[in-house]
Amino acid sequence: MTDRFDTVQDVRDRLAKVDYLSDEGIAGVVYLADRLGKPILVEGPAGTGKTQLAKSVAEITNSRLIRLQCYEGLDESKALYEWNYKKQLLRIQAENDAGRTWDDISTDIFGEDFLLTRPLLEAITAEDPVVLLIDEVDRVEVETEALLLEILSDYQVSIPELGTITAKQIPMVFLTSNNTRELSEALKRRCLFLHIDYPDMDREKEIVLTKVPEVTEALADQIARIVRSIRQLELKKAPSVSETLDWARTLVLLGIEQVDEQAATSTMNVLLKYQSDIAKAMREFTTDKEGKNRFPKIAP
Amino acid sequence: MTDTDLHPDDADEIDVSGLSGAPMVDLLEGFIRELREAGIPASLTENLDAMQAVQHIPLEDREAFKYALGATLVKSNAHWRAFETVFEVYFSLRGKQWAIGDDLDDVNPHDDDDGQQGEMPGQGGMAGSGGGDGMSQEELAEMLYRALMDGDQAMLRALARQAVKRFAGMEPGRPVGGTYYLYRTLRNLDLDTMLERMVNQRREEASSPLTPLEERLEHDEYNSRIEQLKKEIEAEIRRRLVMDRGVEAMAKTLRKPLPEDVDFMHASREEMASLRKAIYPLTRKLAVRLARKRRHGRKGPLDFRNTVRHSLSYGGVPAEPKFRYPRPSKPEIFVIADISGSVASFARFTLHLVYAISNQFSKVRAFVFIDGIDEVTSYFDGVEDIAHAVHRVNTEADVVWVDGHSDYGHAFEVFFNKWGKEIGPKTTVLILGDARNNYHATQSWVIKEIRQKARHVYWLNPEPASYWNTGDSVVGEYGVHCDGVEECRNLRQLEKFVDKLV
Repeated sequence: MTDRFDTVQDVRDRLAKVDYLSDEGIAGVVYLADRLGKPILVEGPAGTGKTQLAKSVAEITNSRLIRLQCYEGLDESKALYEWNYKKQLLRIQAENDAGRTWDDISTDIFGEDFLLTRPLLEAITAEDPVVLLIDEVDRVEVETEALLLEILSDYQVSIPELGTITAKQIPMVFLTSNNTRELSEALKRRCLFLHIDYPDMDREKEIVLTKVPEVTEALADQIARIVRSIRQLELKKAPSVSETLDWARTLVLLGIEQVDEQAATSTMNVLLKYQSDIAKAMREFTTDKEGKNRFPKIAP
Repeated sequence: MTDTDLHPDDADEIDVSGLSGAPMVDLLEGFIRELREAGIPASLTENLDAMQAVQHIPLEDREAFKYALGATLVKSNAHWRAFETVFEVYFSLRGKQWAIGDDLDDVNPHDDDDGQQGEMPGQGGMAGSGGGDGMSQEELAEMLYRALMDGDQAMLRALARQAVKRFAGMEPGRPVGGTYYLYRTLRNLDLDTMLERMVNQRREEASSPLTPLEERLEHDEYNSRIEQLKKEIEAEIRRRLVMDRGVEAMAKTLRKPLPEDVDFMHASREEMASLRKAIYPLTRKLAVRLARKRRHGRKGPLDFRNTVRHSLSYGGVPAEPKFRYPRPSKPEIFVIADISGSVASFARFTLHLVYAISNQFSKVRAFVFIDGIDEVTSYFDGVEDIAHAVHRVNTEADVVWVDGHSDYGHAFEVFFNKWGKEIGPKTTVLILGDARNNYHATQSWVIKEIRQKARHVYWLNPEPASYWNTGDSVVGEYGVHCDGVEECRNLRQLEKFVDKLV
């Protein structure tokens, strides 16, 4: 199998070309995943581009993206494969009319023709290059996680009636998690771990500039700085990158060149989604002018 | 103290020249052992993955090396900091290519970049003496100030080294922890004043007066630069300590506990912050888990009567079987918390946790005491921001009766007289405190009475079990009347207990 990327820098450059600004860590792990042929478990706060990473990697490697959205109650008939009962019934019917006996039929209604492939099996059997995205894997129950284990470690699926189907090529696999529960050790052990946190100020500014081209350099800088300050407060839900971008677009639409208190107050609801958070942020940013004591001192 | 003392030549002996095959295996083997010592569970397969991973990256790239190890060995973000510390310590001396940065003595950016600082070239020799002479401190402070204003990374790094060299007063073989040196260095630098000065300067420079928003942004910007400086200083101290004492010894002393293992009673400010950050996802996880437990644990026996009754609509055929689902009643919970100084943070976290999962209980009532007792349930009513309510509890509740020293006996007595009759057979009473009663009367009969009326009485004690019943701790006297006395020193234990409670 040929490698998808030459170097870590190569990953980074190509991601940047499709407007995904990665950092050393993200690019490094993607590169390793390709070389080691291992899935990546991407974890981090909501809205930091976990899903987007998988999409972008699919784009730069010219692969088809196969997505499995996880939810509570997901089972193997939705994730792996299902027998096409209707087709099987029809076949039995048809063969019966032709006067064939049960013994003949029973062996061939369990063939690949009658198999409905679901995302996981589809990713394994694909002929063209694919990227498999298993989204929000923390939403399935612990027992269901076990479904994924075989495919993640050996890239194969065992079907009792058919035997084992092995991958024709090793796809890139991304699992994302919002960390609403601890994933099982067995799952974690099979994956490379990547934590995507909120970007630092410079990277966030770059992201704003790339994704919202209408924004001026000065405004982007100001946006990034305000967002950083807001994230330092103890909030219920810190603003995510996508919310930062929404905010930037809002400001551009409103024709605001310079964020002052007035502008911040009227658009804060784009950035923060809880009333208590908005109130807190406003309290922090718009209080008295003699503000020396209102800032926390730095510990020695 | 000369520089050669700080940079022993034998540092190079551990150089991993080949960096492939056996030496690499040994190196990683040792590193993984250190990780496990620090509490990070690195399994055998992960170990193998790490070995494979490092073959694919350029070894001279320190960052890549770190991420390769991190991605394969650390599977939880909470463990990342611990991993970083171990990594910095373990690889800080492994040959030249692993050095945290170039040594100050080899490269001296002051001389190169800052020609105007005429006095600086002399520093190399005098630095070791501890900086007692006049030229050093103000000059250094001035340069630091300028570097911070400009946000000059390279300069900051160099100055951090200089500061450590001058102020920390590190001596080889001296058995003091890194925090001591850090404290000494920072005290001499006086960063608080520096920050204020920077903000003031910015204010003067501005053409029009700064709005609070702008001022806040400037402040945060400088603050983050100062944080950066502190990190540099810490790294430098660590590097010097490792040189002095060797990797194994340092890994042990610098080991940082994982957030869930941080002791409530002895958490530093920084650890407190990380605890506060950890508690929100923890409560969310707990709530999800408990909700699931409730939903899935619903398998009951056939309800014969109900099935027959419904069969009437099918002409007597029991087509729709009915089951008797268990309906576990939600407990009502009374939290009685000691919020005196020694255990305040513990009470804070427990209240936070209990309220975050309050939909698992039919009713939650909270009482806090020191020597007087007050009900604080109303603070939490309809409040979105639990942290804010908890803060109000700590500042507004009326809990001082005489002198503001814990008096469990009096508090319990008042509680029982005032609210005792509201305790019913569905009530679970949760008492939080270290039971350090300052030698007052214990009034343990109150707990006995409560025990008779309530469903359960639990006592959570944030002290290590070995300290119980020493000095003025009377947890034993109360404990005999409780259903359980639990040691609850960190988030992990707290989470376990709450899980059991529901």
